[in-house]
Amino acid sequence: MNISRREFTKIGCRVIIGAAAGTAIVESIVSNGIAAEPSSTGDYDWNEHYWGYVIDTRKCIGCGRCANACKLENDVPFDEPVYRTWVERYRVLKEGEVKIDSPNGSIDGFTDDIPAEELKKAFYVPKICNHCENPPCVQVCPVGATYATNDGVVLVDYDYCIGCRYCIQGCPYGARYFNSKKGTADKCTWCYHRITKGLLPACVQACPVGARVFGDMKDPDSDVNKILDKERINVLKPDLGTKPKVYYVGLDREVK
Amino acid sequence: MMVENLIWGYVYPNEVEIQWSVLIVLYPYITGLVAGAFIASSLYHVFGKKEIKPVARFALLTALSFLLVATMPLLTHLGHPERGIEIMFTPHLTSAMSGFGYIYSFYLIVVVLEIWLSFREDIVKTALGSQGWKKLLYSGLALFSYDVSEKALHEDEKLAKKLAIIGIPSAAFLHGYVGFIFGGIKANPWWSTPLMPLIFLMSAIVSGIALLILLYIASMKLRKHAIDHKCLHSLAHYLWIFLILDVTLELLEIVSMKYASLEDIEIINRLLSEKIAFTFYGVQLTLGIFIPFILLLLVGIMKNRETLKMIMISVSSIFVVIGVFAMRWNVVIGGQEISKSLSGTLTYVPVFFSQEGVLPAIIILVIPFVILVVVTRILPPWKDMEEEVPESKTKSTIKHLY
Repeated sequence: MNISRREFTKIGCRVIIGAAAGTAIVESIVSNGIAAEPSSTGDYDWNEHYWGYVIDTRKCIGCGRCANACKLENDVPFDEPVYRTWVERYRVLKEGEVKIDSPNGSIDGFTDDIPAEELKKAFYVPKICNHCENPPCVQVCPVGATYATNDGVVLVDYDYCIGCRYCIQGCPYGARYFNSKKGTADKCTWCYHRITKGLLPACVQACPVGARVFGDMKDPDSDVNKILDKERINVLKPDLGTKPKVYYVGLDREVK
Repeated sequence: MMVENLIWGYVYPNEVEIQWSVLIVLYPYITGLVAGAFIASSLYHVFGKKEIKPVARFALLTALSFLLVATMPLLTHLGHPERGIEIMFTPHLTSAMSGFGYIYSFYLIVVVLEIWLSFREDIVKTALGSQGWKKLLYSGLALFSYDVSEKALHEDEKLAKKLAIIGIPSAAFLHGYVGFIFGGIKANPWWSTPLMPLIFLMSAIVSGIALLILLYIASMKLRKHAIDHKCLHSLAHYLWIFLILDVTLELLEIVSMKYASLEDIEIINRLLSEKIAFTFYGVQLTLGIFIPFILLLLVGIMKNRETLKMIMISVSSIFVVIGVFAMRWNVVIGGQEISKSLSGTLTYVPVFFSQEGVLPAIIILVIPFVILVVVTRILPPWKDMEEEVPESKTKSTIKHLY
C-alpha cells in the first residue's frame, strides 16, 4: 500500500485532532460527574465535607432512570419490592381527589391511566433517604449498627446489624428496607463508595433533567449551596424534628 | 397481583413487606403474662394479701415458665440471631430496645431468686428425705445449704419480701419498657403516644392475673381438688380493678387521638373502621374488657352459687387472655397496616409454615406450659393450694348444717 506524503500528513492530523477532541469530550463528561475535587493526596477526609442533596420537583419528568441506576449501582434486587430511591407521582383530580402512586418505584416509568382532561395538576416527587441530621433510625438501633458519618451520611454496618428491623419502623420516610440476602437492614448510602472518590451518586448522575443535585454543603460554591442560597426550600415531615438533608424545591403540601 | 389487592391508597414502596410479624405480637404478649403473674404473686409476697397465698408460689413458677421463652420470638425473628447477644455487649443506649438484655436478665435473676427463697424449705426437706439422683438434684438446688431453722426461714422470708419489692418495679419496667419500644416511635402515629407504656403495663397485669386464674382452675381440676373460692374471688376482684384501669387508658388514648384530630386522624380512622375494626372494637374492647367487666361485676355482687361464679370467672379470664392478645395484635400489626405516607393501608397476611409464621408462634406459645409442667414436678406448689381447702370445706359444711 502506497501512501503519499500529503495523505499521510492528512491522516496524521485527523488522528491528532480526533484524539484531542475525544479526550476533551470524555473529560467534560467525567468532570460533570464529579461531586468535589479529590484531595491532593487522594485520601478522603470526612471532616472536610458535609454532604447535602437538593431535589427540584419542578424538573422531575418521572422517567425513573434514577431508581433504575440506583438498583444497578448498588446491587439492590430488581425482583423484590425494595428501593433506595423512588419517584412518586401525584395527580390532583378536578374533583379534588389526590392520587399517588409509584409503581415498582418508578423504575418502569408511569402509565397514563387517568385521562388528562380529568386532571387539575400532576407532578413527580423523587424520594430518597434524607440522611437526617437527627436520624431516628440511628437513635433506635439497639446495637449501634447504623450510624451517621462525620460527612453527614447515615450508613448501616452490615457486619454488625442484628436484623431486628427497628430502624425500618423508626424511619418516617419509608427509606429503609430489609435485605433478605444479607439478613440486615439496608438503605441509600448516597453512593458513599462513589462520593468519597469524588464522584456523584448514581441517581444524580442518571437524572437527565437535573432534578437531583448533590454537593458539599461545606463548599460555599457547591451546586447544592447555590440552590439553597437562592430558592425557597422545604424538607419532608419537618414537624418530626429529624432535620433532613434532602432539600426540596417546589414541594406541594400533599407530599408526605 | 395478590399484593396489590391488599393495599389501599398509596404506601411507600418499601412498606409493602410487613416487617414485624405475629412473632413480634407474641413478644409483648408473653412478657405481659410474665409481668402480670409476678405482680399477682407480689400481692401476697409484698402486700400481704393472705387470700392470694394459695397461688403466690404457683404464680412465680408461671412467671418463670413464660419468662424463659420471652426471648424466643425475638431471636427467631432476627435476621442474624447469632448477633443478638451484641445487644448485651454493645448496647446503643439511645435505643429503647437496647435495654432489653439487661432488664430481662435482671428480672430473670429476681424471679429465680424469689422462687428459690420461697421454695427453699421444700427443697431442703426433699433433699434430706430422698436418695440417689433425686437427693443430688435437690441438694444441688438447695446449694448444699440445709439450714431450715426458724431463724433461717424468717431471714428467707424477709429477703424474699425485699426481692419482691424490687421485683414489682422491675416487672413494671420490663413491660412498661416494651410499651415504650412502640410508644417511642414518632414515625408511626398509631404507636407514638406516651400512654403506651402504661397501657401495656395495665393490659399485662390483666392478662397475667387472668392466666393465673385459668391455670389455677385447670390444675385443681386436673388434680381433682376443690378450688379455694376465697382465693379465686380475690384474684377476680383484682382482675376487675385492673380491667378498669386498663380500659380507661385505652379509651383515653383513642378519645384524645380523635379529639385532637391531627393530620394523621384520617388514616387512624380508616385503621379503626376498616383494618382492625373487628379485633379492636370486637375482640379487644368488647370481648376482652366489657364482657369480663360485667361478668366480674356480677361475681362481686352475687351471693353463694360458687360453681356459677367459677364459670363466670373462667369465662372472663379466657376472654381477657384473648382480648389482650388482640390488643397486642392491634398495636403491633395495626401500626404496620397504616402507611407512614398517611395515604394508604396494607394488610398483614400471616403465613403458617415459615420462620416467622403461625406455626413457630404456636410452638413458642405452647413451650411455657410444658416448662410449667416440668417446673411444678420439680418444685410442686400444690401444697399451698390444697392445704387451705379442708378449712373452707368445713366452713361450707357448717353453712349447710345451719
